[in-house]
Amino acid sequence: MGIVSAIGHSVSENLDALLNSKPGITSISSVKTHHANTIKVGEVKRSNADLIKALQLPEHTNYTRTALLGCYAAKQAIQNANITAINSYRTGFISSTSVGGMDKTEIHLKDFATNKAVQKYIKSHHAGDSTQKIADTLGIDGFVTTISTACSSAANAIMLGAKLIKSGRLDRVIVGGVDPLSKFTINGFKTLMILSESDCRPFDADRSGLNLGEAAAYLVLESQAIVEKENKKVLAYISGYANANDAFHQTASSETGEGAYLAMTQALKTAQLNPSQIDYINAHGTATANNDLSESVAIKRVFGETIPDFSSTKAFTGHTLAAAGAIEAVYSVLALQNQVVFPNLNFKTTIPETGLQPVTTIKRKPIKHVLSNSFGFGGNCSTLIFSKL
Amino acid sequence: MKPCYIYSAVSISAQHTFDSGLGLLEPLALQPNKVNAHHPLYKSYIPPAALRRMATGVKMGVTAGKKALENANIIQPDAIVIGTGMGCIEDTETFLNAIIKNDEAYLTPTAFIQSTHNTVGAQIALGLQCKAYNNTYVHGALSFESALLDGLLQVEDDSASTVLVGGLDELGKEFIDYIDLIEDKNEGITVPFSEGASFFVLGAIKQQHAVQLKAIKTFSALTLENVRSVFMAFLKENACPPETIDALILGHNGSKYDHYYTEAASCFPKTTVQLKYKQCIGEYFTASAFGLYLGVTLLKNQDLPSLLTCGDTPKKPLKISIIYNQYNGRDHSLILLSL
Repeated sequence: MGIVSAIGHSVSENLDALLNSKPGITSISSVKTHHANTIKVGEVKRSNADLIKALQLPEHTNYTRTALLGCYAAKQAIQNANITAINSYRTGFISSTSVGGMDKTEIHLKDFATNKAVQKYIKSHHAGDSTQKIADTLGIDGFVTTISTACSSAANAIMLGAKLIKSGRLDRVIVGGVDPLSKFTINGFKTLMILSESDCRPFDADRSGLNLGEAAAYLVLESQAIVEKENKKVLAYISGYANANDAFHQTASSETGEGAYLAMTQALKTAQLNPSQIDYINAHGTATANNDLSESVAIKRVFGETIPDFSSTKAFTGHTLAAAGAIEAVYSVLALQNQVVFPNLNFKTTIPETGLQPVTTIKRKPIKHVLSNSFGFGGNCSTLIFSKL
Repeated sequence: MKPCYIYSAVSISAQHTFDSGLGLLEPLALQPNKVNAHHPLYKSYIPPAALRRMATGVKMGVTAGKKALENANIIQPDAIVIGTGMGCIEDTETFLNAIIKNDEAYLTPTAFIQSTHNTVGAQIALGLQCKAYNNTYVHGALSFESALLDGLLQVEDDSASTVLVGGLDELGKEFIDYIDLIEDKNEGITVPFSEGASFFVLGAIKQQHAVQLKAIKTFSALTLENVRSVFMAFLKENACPPETIDALILGHNGSKYDHYYTEAASCFPKTTVQLKYKQCIGEYFTASAFGLYLGVTLLKNQDLPSLLTCGDTPKKPLKISIIYNQYNGRDHSLILLSL
């Protein structure tokens, strides 16, 4: 696994922040916006110049922040998986992003026609550009693609990767997602009036919206055959996955949480698990009024009276949009590895309609199965289940 | 593993394909540099209130999707999978320009909401009240092929009995001019940039005259030297020697990278008919979805549109076809169809 987020630039830094309840929510510095005083964000405290240097790229590349963050996290993932010859197996790469190269487009749009120096960012606008750059950095020439289903994107990338290995088409696939902060998304979420002016409070009755975040995370999935042949250490297994649609509204979730309910129940079915076998839910929990209520209703529908320990880690990282599913996949695997439930920060009062109480301090206990939710605009709902053998 | 058949194929393109199939094709004028799709009467497919809010791509996608389902006699697919290279560029331009013009003030959410790449898939799901699997691929010239592979996987492993798969791109108003501006005037793309939506219904049960989607393979990078070995390996994997391929559908767009197609064509004997189509429908990231539409249509109708064929066209039954596409030497895709 490889990760760069507001709470750390490596897996161990992220784990350390999670274990010590150290959130990464601050005021914004990387994007110039008039909303700087009224929003808080989960920002990666490394400039593009720092990242270019760390990646040993030429100074005048057309790498967007999306590509830079993505390359940074994906390289770590390869290193941590001890992969030296990437093409010794049929290897694919699946990324996800919601903004693509928007971080540069929004700065240069009106100069594209006349300023030759910034025209290099015309080609880096589309969502596949950062993926192609990351794949090239890793040396992957074969199956490469990008998914964009808003805030559930990376969960779908992980799901596709698992299916491609299961079908025998690939032996190994690097999966995940990346999104940088951008003026485009900040203003978009602002018009929807779902940005909090303070630290977000997932699942709290008085929650006041989300904090946007930026991040990238990738996981290396390998077939059982590689694991056996190379005697590899397995961090976790992807035991279940599902994708369903709420079919209710372009941006809002339904009151019954139908899409979320379907995603969770179908993921349990593919994992051949009963709801009672889930030890921890890493919830989507964006801290918007709509999501947290809808997700709580769906969780109650799936788990009945015995709700597993659950928390949203978005008060640490902010909502990292297309990357969220990958960030939280890394955290789910860390929960399994360290046998710990990460806390849901800033929680005080249960939502009256559902009365669900998240885990608010570090809780150590045996954990075998973790369920992770990712929901997005367009009714896209995906659930992944990670397990330990 | 179940076989995967294509039950229906519908295309909105710069030609009259939506109403008339391949019958009325004509070459596009090379000027202007961009050509809009020949749009059908959307109000026959979409209620007026919804239609007013929809950008071109959403209208094309929802309409082509609806007709593909109708033609396949399917009410609810088990999955909806979309590919779009540039996504909802019209609404993206609208929201971005509003941010710039008003300096982040007085913004309304509509364009932002509709700028999300998965808008078409979401709108189709909403219209059908379809709670099934829903995914959107946005990987340049492999956007559609990724969606098609996703659909194929689901039919093969029986997780879906029918899948609606579509590829679409809208031209937009501003960004396309920047793309055109930086296109190499000597060695770059010579066919106009355009837009379109091609939708298909996939399923596992063999229907009469159903075209089978046998295989799809994509490559992020491929050198010219390796084209032959990749084609030979693809043919071998699928037990189809070169002489069994009746039609080869190629994505020539006039750029210097067309030599990839020349190399691919050299793998096949003279009895394999070659076709190219972008002179009629233009270039865009999901133009190869039209290539699949062409492949399915010619196997079904056993008819080669003379405007699209290159060289000799031996009279013989058309049973197996390969569609090959790439974009500026990257993002290569091979699709194998059989009757």
